Amino acid sequence: MNKILLVIKREYLSRVQKRSFIVMTILGPVLMAALFIVPVYLSQMSDGTKRIEVLDETGWFIKSFENSDRFEFRMVYDDLETAKSQLQKDKGYALLYIPRPTASVPASAVIYSEQQVGLELKSYIRNAMAKEVENQKLGAEIVKEIRKSNPNYIAAPDSLERQTKLSEEILKNIRTSIELTTIQLGEAGKEEKSFVEISMVVGMVAGIMIYFFIFLFGAQVMRGVIEEKVSRIVEVIVSSVKPFQLMMGKIIGIALVGLTQFMLWVVLTLAIVTVFQTTMPEMFKKQDATAAITGDARIPADAAAMIPQQTEESGNQMQQVMEAVSSINYVTMILSFLFYFLAGYLLYGAMFAAIGAAVDNETDTQQFMMPVTIPLILSIVMAQFVINNPEGPIAFWFSIIPFTSPIIMMVRIPFGVPYWQMALSMGLLVAAFVAAVWLAGRIYRTGILMYGKKVSWGEMWKWLFYKG
Amino acid sequence: MTYFSANHITKRYASHTALSDVSINVPEKSIFGLLGPNGAGKTSLIRIINQITGPDEGEIIFRNEKLSPHHVDQIGYLPEERGLYKKMKVGEQALYLAQLKGVKRHDALKKLRYWFEKFEIQAWWNKKVEELSKGMQQKIQFIVTIIHEPNLLIFDEPFSGFDPINVNLLKEEILTLRDKGATIIFSTHNMASVEELCDNIALINNSRKILEGSVKEIKKTYKTNTFAVEFQSNESIKPEILPVGATLNNLQPSDDLMRATIQLPRETGQNELLSALMQYCTIHSFNEIIPTMNDIFIQTVQAAGNHNPNA
Repeated sequence: MNKILLVIKREYLSRVQKRSFIVMTILGPVLMAALFIVPVYLSQMSDGTKRIEVLDETGWFIKSFENSDRFEFRMVYDDLETAKSQLQKDKGYALLYIPRPTASVPASAVIYSEQQVGLELKSYIRNAMAKEVENQKLGAEIVKEIRKSNPNYIAAPDSLERQTKLSEEILKNIRTSIELTTIQLGEAGKEEKSFVEISMVVGMVAGIMIYFFIFLFGAQVMRGVIEEKVSRIVEVIVSSVKPFQLMMGKIIGIALVGLTQFMLWVVLTLAIVTVFQTTMPEMFKKQDATAAITGDARIPADAAAMIPQQTEESGNQMQQVMEAVSSINYVTMILSFLFYFLAGYLLYGAMFAAIGAAVDNETDTQQFMMPVTIPLILSIVMAQFVINNPEGPIAFWFSIIPFTSPIIMMVRIPFGVPYWQMALSMGLLVAAFVAAVWLAGRIYRTGILMYGKKVSWGEMWKWLFYKG
Repeated sequence: MTYFSANHITKRYASHTALSDVSINVPEKSIFGLLGPNGAGKTSLIRIINQITGPDEGEIIFRNEKLSPHHVDQIGYLPEERGLYKKMKVGEQALYLAQLKGVKRHDALKKLRYWFEKFEIQAWWNKKVEELSKGMQQKIQFIVTIIHEPNLLIFDEPFSGFDPINVNLLKEEILTLRDKGATIIFSTHNMASVEELCDNIALINNSRKILEGSVKEIKKTYKTNTFAVEFQSNESIKPEILPVGATLNNLQPSDDLMRATIQLPRETGQNELLSALMQYCTIHSFNEIIPTMNDIFIQTVQAAGNHNPNA
């Protein structure tokens, strides 16, 4: 056991000290931070104010939307069809339609627009509406609470309301999410649904990240095995440790390299974004566009980033509680990302190790790489279908089958996945990687000692049954 | 006393048998030569001893115990196909390999310092392996093989890639290790070094052991009672004057002397031959022809047949 730790340590240190690792570690966060900062910066120099017409059948939100130099909100009081045609006639940017709620409080709205509506605007509307509804609910709850002790209580002296404390359960119930649909108005006034939902972006990014990580670090396992085989050091090493220990040490060591890289990216990205926010507060203060963009996107990095901002503007205890509630989603997201990264990587890493052991140099890997990488490539292709229909049979099956589940499940998670499906997918993935590691171990221990031989699939099959 | 023995080892691969029913006995504190043509099964046997692979049948007894995983730290192995991590620094790498053999980091550092000084290579400590010449790498490899002071050392073609000076250095080290109490298994094609170093040998051909014993004994068995004589004589000696049953070969002049090899029947002593010859000529030299290990190797392998030089 001590020896496998030595192997892990060597594999880890020799990679973390490499120049390429350091370059990637610095470059990654710079690029990612740029992804958050550049849109904010660009929005500063945007081309004037966009006008949004608001048709509010509920009458709740008349004062909710504040005009800024980016957006101007104008209330309209026509019926929907008139408003729509008016919008097209006036060349307005978008029409926000808040229908009379079927339940007690408004929970949905529709944006009609000729263009794709920016995420910034959508997030702003969603947040503003949610805030309004929450405030209303909160007021009602407080009054309810006070009436328990004072049934005749009608109006609210501010001080009394502030002192009233509500239970956490009530606070949880107050938390509101607004369902915002976007409908694109076509040329002929035709309506098309547009799909720029934030969860799609998050899902896709997470899926691509997993794909990228598995490929990147899986290939490192393979290259490491080939290096040991070509330099012939493997025979010296397997006279000290078992081939299986050597293989697992390598796979685990590289997994740790991957995790380190990922963690450093998250931390450094946060650091860069924070530095920008503190050094150029005027850029962020007014619109808080970063928060707007990332507010709903439960990308781990951003979710964490938004917390300090919001607590700053409202030191309110209540709001902090809500933040904690809202963070649950991002915890699920980051935990499942780590799980699917590790398990998916172990599954593929083991197969890559077996390939590395079977060949003499990297050019020979082609014929074996193909079948192994097909499921990965297939998943990334299918991800686009899945994202449009995250509950459909394709999404379901591909997120359950172990070879495609790491990517497809990550795509689905932002949309919400039933627990039993998660459990099934995770269970099968664990079973698959245990099997893959076992099989790879058998191919590996024979393969690493075979030199100068072109190996076929049939040959590898035989290796599985060699004794000791 | 037997230090190490392999009993009835058989190892099969899908398409061929690498070892069939091979047994060897290695006495303690001796150098044991494991000989055989390419592809005979030597490396398979060595890998089994190192527990890199396991035998299909048979067992290995190591110091009166069945060979088991905890023994790897007592065995040092220098494989024929050897190598080091090219991008890793020499010192770091030596330390890593020593630790893999169970040496504590602190002790490993101390021992490495001793050996690096002895071989005068301290300056290489922080160099990458790829910056060293092949011979230099071999030295490092030798050091990491013996750094954990194993009781059993296995050298597979240890001298390949060394210049004559370093070969001598290495031979001395190997003999010193034996004198300090290590048992050494030594696999090579270089028969001269076998005669020089080995106490016992086993010859494997085509997956079977065909010869085993002490070098002295084997040579004795392979003697053919043949003698080389140099003499001065006015007339050529005739076969009739020789003892009964002797055969005269290669009679030819060399400078102003005559030279001949004479084979005697097994029961005839060399004195009989000497006294017969003395009556006719002046003898300048008289030697028994003792077969070299090289001759014995070729002779036995060819006699066993099935020698496949390409395997």
